[in-house]
Amino acid sequence: MVARLWQWFDSRMPTVGAEWRKHAAEYYAPKNFNFWYFFGSLALLVLVIQIVSGIFLTMNYKPDANLAFGSVEYIMRDVPGGWLIRYIHSTGASAFFIVVYLHMFRALLYGSHKEPRELVWIFGVLIYLTLMGEAFFGYLLPWGQMSYWGAQVIVNLFGTVPFIGPDLALWIRGDYVVSDATLNRFFALHVIALPLVLLGLVVAHLLALHDVGSNNPDGVDAKRLKGPDGHYLDAIPFHPYYTVKDLLGSVVFLAIFCGVLFFVPEVGGYFLEYNNFVPADPLKTPEHIAPVWYFTPFYSILRAVPPLFHSQFPGVLAMGIATLILFFLPWLDRAAVKSIRYRGTLYKSWLAAFVVVFLILGYLGTEPTTVWGQFPVSDDSFLGKYIVDTKDVATWVARVCTVVYFLFFFLMPWYTARDKVKPVPERVVWH
Amino acid sequence: MKKLLALILAAPIVVFASEGYRLDRSPHDARDLVSLQSGARTYVNYCLGCHGLQYVRYGGLKDLGLSEAQIRDNLMFTAEKVGEPIKIAFNPKDAKAWFGVAPPDLSVVARSRGADWLYTYLRTFYRDPKTVTGWNNAVFPNVAMPHALWTLQGQRALEVVADKEGGHGRVQYKWSEISKGTQTAAEYDATVRDLVNFLAYVGEPAAVYRRPIGIVALFVLGVLFIFAYLLKKEYWKDVK
Repeated sequence: MVARLWQWFDSRMPTVGAEWRKHAAEYYAPKNFNFWYFFGSLALLVLVIQIVSGIFLTMNYKPDANLAFGSVEYIMRDVPGGWLIRYIHSTGASAFFIVVYLHMFRALLYGSHKEPRELVWIFGVLIYLTLMGEAFFGYLLPWGQMSYWGAQVIVNLFGTVPFIGPDLALWIRGDYVVSDATLNRFFALHVIALPLVLLGLVVAHLLALHDVGSNNPDGVDAKRLKGPDGHYLDAIPFHPYYTVKDLLGSVVFLAIFCGVLFFVPEVGGYFLEYNNFVPADPLKTPEHIAPVWYFTPFYSILRAVPPLFHSQFPGVLAMGIATLILFFLPWLDRAAVKSIRYRGTLYKSWLAAFVVVFLILGYLGTEPTTVWGQFPVSDDSFLGKYIVDTKDVATWVARVCTVVYFLFFFLMPWYTARDKVKPVPERVVWH
Repeated sequence: MKKLLALILAAPIVVFASEGYRLDRSPHDARDLVSLQSGARTYVNYCLGCHGLQYVRYGGLKDLGLSEAQIRDNLMFTAEKVGEPIKIAFNPKDAKAWFGVAPPDLSVVARSRGADWLYTYLRTFYRDPKTVTGWNNAVFPNVAMPHALWTLQGQRALEVVADKEGGHGRVQYKWSEISKGTQTAAEYDATVRDLVNFLAYVGEPAAVYRRPIGIVALFVLGVLFIFAYLLKKEYWKDVK
């Protein structure tokens, strides 16, 4: 019965079957995927979770400066199951970035950005940037103090751009301060515009991947050799092998996800900031404004760069370059091998340093710059007068980390080219 | 170069900013219904005059083990129906004119301030002739609110002395009693504990439900894990 029904359907619309075969049943993936290869499918899962939970939230949320905060509390209290949907969405936002950061780190580990997958990488970076926009617009919607002042700070960054800055900021806000007009447009962008862009980019990312085939932890071509039976020696069909494997990964991920959402939904103020439970007040600037954790590495870079001629623009520029430089990674990396397994000490050390400074910058971005105290430099000394513009220890640490962050990219053509690489095996190896 | 080196070496002995009044840990227990009910009573009697709970409905207090009749008879003084939100009887604009600042709604105060902060704050009011209300607070200096629970706690004075042995920015707080309240110190601590318990409940009523549901969800995922694992193993046994 089912077979006949399928035959009927397939003879009228063969595209569905053909695409299924192309992207799943007959899409051959290397057989040696390890732990790091779970995060692509998990990102897709989180995207679905966010879209579905988001649809339910919009049914009760009110994008109005007078009602927004109350409507979120209404969802948390009076809408049956509303608290669950809201926590799914707030936990999902952070989970999205965790999964995407690990997915991007996987590329750095195994050279997935390198030829012939440059387009896959570029679409990936576009997804990441769109996701940052999506998160930023979404964070204004609860209309708490951090929503409001976070948006105020970020939009003001655009105001520092020479010449067009103030007009640009005004154009983004739709008002002279963040207000009801801003809330309405951010709502539109968050629930319609950027999700559409995101979906389109995800399709492009996957199509580009399936055209060139997946990389693997050895960085060798898994589809080069076929056995006497005509099957690939090192590649297996995505379905059923990786569908069942990713199912297992998804269950583990969902267990951690539920652990957070049912037991510690605020995660100590990192997923839901405490100050965001205070309704937005345009007349009361909070003492300490911190973005949510996934933006903090870049926020740290922004704060670390000293102002020039009383303009914060150099910091904004540094922050912009810190994200946009990712686009150039495929061409900055000039190593002859892809995988970290066959790379030399230089790349390994730089990658390790990059991870460490990224984490330190991320932590410092959540704290005030005085978190590690101040250097005991007197204002009258030579140092205090001419050298040291700030005595905050954390700012200096962030400066060192920022330099390392950029050197990782800027020196990459040099250290990857002269790194002593190991010979790459013919076929994938099990580790 | 030498100066730079000196800077790096000096790093561990940097000056830490003064940390303010150290918060006590709130001993509240969300499962203690008697404590929650007592907190609700204190709230209605002492706080609701000025601070509303506009996102909470009277009927929602059934979570605290109260019947509708009990809520109606003991807690509802300014509302008609149990479905109504717990609001104050005056308008915030008047309040701003009278007090200088409108008393904030406290529906989610336990989430923004934290239980420890509330527990300490409500126990650290002292007499201060320099303020308009005659009251001040160790946790929230120059707070606009007078000590609403002073008849229970009594009046106290606070002397802040620089601690010679405590190092940079550390101070000692010396409390002294001016007049007794109707409760002993231990009784007052319990009253505040119950009140904080109530505010923590009101901040997130779903907290009562989410943990048991979470345990069920994790159990279901645990079972699913076993099947997913066996399925994966079965399929992958021929991949060599």
